Amino acid sequence: MNPSAATRRPPLIRCREVRKSFNGVEVLRGVCLDVARGEVVCIIGPSGSGKSTLLRCINGLARIDGGSIHVDGLDVHDPATDRLALRRKVGMVFQQYNLFPHKTVLKNIMMAPLHVLREPRAEVEARARALIAKVRLQGKEDAYPGELSGGQQQRVAIARSLAMRPEVMLFDEVTAALDPETVSEVLVTIRELAAEGMTCVLVTHEMGFAREVADHVYFTDAGLIVEHAPAADFFNRPHDPRTQAFLAKVL
Amino acid sequence: MMEALARWFADLHERTGINLVVFYDPFDAARFFRGVLLTVEMAALCIVASVLIGAVGAWLQGSRWRCVRALVNAYVELVRNTPSMIQLYFLFFGLGPYIAAHNAHGQAEPLISGFTWAVVCFSFYTGAFNTETFRAGIDAVPRQTEEAAESLGYTRLGAYLYVVLPLALRISFPALSNNLVNLIKMTSVAYAIAVPEILYVSNQIWSDALNVPEMMNVVLVSYVLLVSGFNALMARIERRLRVPGLGC
Repeated sequence: MNPSAATRRPPLIRCREVRKSFNGVEVLRGVCLDVARGEVVCIIGPSGSGKSTLLRCINGLARIDGGSIHVDGLDVHDPATDRLALRRKVGMVFQQYNLFPHKTVLKNIMMAPLHVLREPRAEVEARARALIAKVRLQGKEDAYPGELSGGQQQRVAIARSLAMRPEVMLFDEVTAALDPETVSEVLVTIRELAAEGMTCVLVTHEMGFAREVADHVYFTDAGLIVEHAPAADFFNRPHDPRTQAFLAKVL
Repeated sequence: MMEALARWFADLHERTGINLVVFYDPFDAARFFRGVLLTVEMAALCIVASVLIGAVGAWLQGSRWRCVRALVNAYVELVRNTPSMIQLYFLFFGLGPYIAAHNAHGQAEPLISGFTWAVVCFSFYTGAFNTETFRAGIDAVPRQTEEAAESLGYTRLGAYLYVVLPLALRISFPALSNNLVNLIKMTSVAYAIAVPEILYVSNQIWSDALNVPEMMNVVLVSYVLLVSGFNALMARIERRLRVPGLGC
């Protein structure tokens, strides 16, 4: 045993040689990725390169065909793993918000802690109201998702995930469906979370934002991690020609 | 007030021969009223049971196990492809005799009453339609909404009960109302096995009073009022379930 490796804390998320196919098409072809506690990781890359699929595999929404994913020591794809325990650790925010349209903002946030964690209502409601304030939506407690703008809905979705007190938040292109002017209000919220030390994994097309908040950037293409590096190095000195071509196109 | 009304109907009979006996004769009025109550009771029981059967059936149709799905589909097909009266006869005359006890005189006595058979029959009949209706509603709920619930830690059943079913109910509500209106009207089929509901007691009354045309009017209007009342109730529920931004 290497003593230095033993004293280092293991990564919160550890993906090893992850493989995933849809109808015979391999979309993840052996992906390795580590996320340390408190780290903000951005995954960027062309559409269809498997970024979203990787996120969905990390919280067990999609099964993997090979390799392994561990979250805080839990083997995500071991059938014996307690899925509730896993999903308490991992919050996920989707491109299309996916709020529960028949419930008010407050109820959307309170539902899972009440039904899944079975926590006392008063405590859950206090936490939900604090989260609504945190995402700057005071006064919208009793509004329905259909009455909110996309940016507001996405902030409710973030609050809903946070209400479960996850250890890591996965953001799957959360600004891709938003108007340009509402993108920033969502990014502000994520930036604050990152600053508070929340572990975040973001799939994003917002390069400026990735450069600003990410500790580490992964670039995927055709189901592979082509290159990864600390954010500053990644954007200033990309090595791989595919990364260089991609950045030249989007920056 | 009631007495004045009764006198007016009795007088109508004297003057014109139009014999609306259920409105002035206390015995026939009570008999008819009991029939209406029984219809309402039968309909209420069937509505609750058939909605539950529909919710469970639709859940089982999404089951991982193929044999469970096949079983539900077989039930739906069997029920939808046979007339409700044939089903009622099958249960009452086909199964009923096997579920009987013998009394002190050695005679067979059915253990399950005609009323119970009718409730079972109409509940499962409408339950099959409700299963299909809910299934269509569930299919219209975006898969991502269910995934969001699962990613928050809900089990599949939890996501179904708290997220998918409430949304599916709203989507399929108009079709569900339709099924339930048909159910209320279907209760008159219980006449065929002598359950004393509206039509059956009316038959008793017109046999005694020989006022067939009048009683036909009374029966028709009774159902119009019953179903209108139910529709008003459903419209209220639909309004209460309505949510901004959800198209229904």
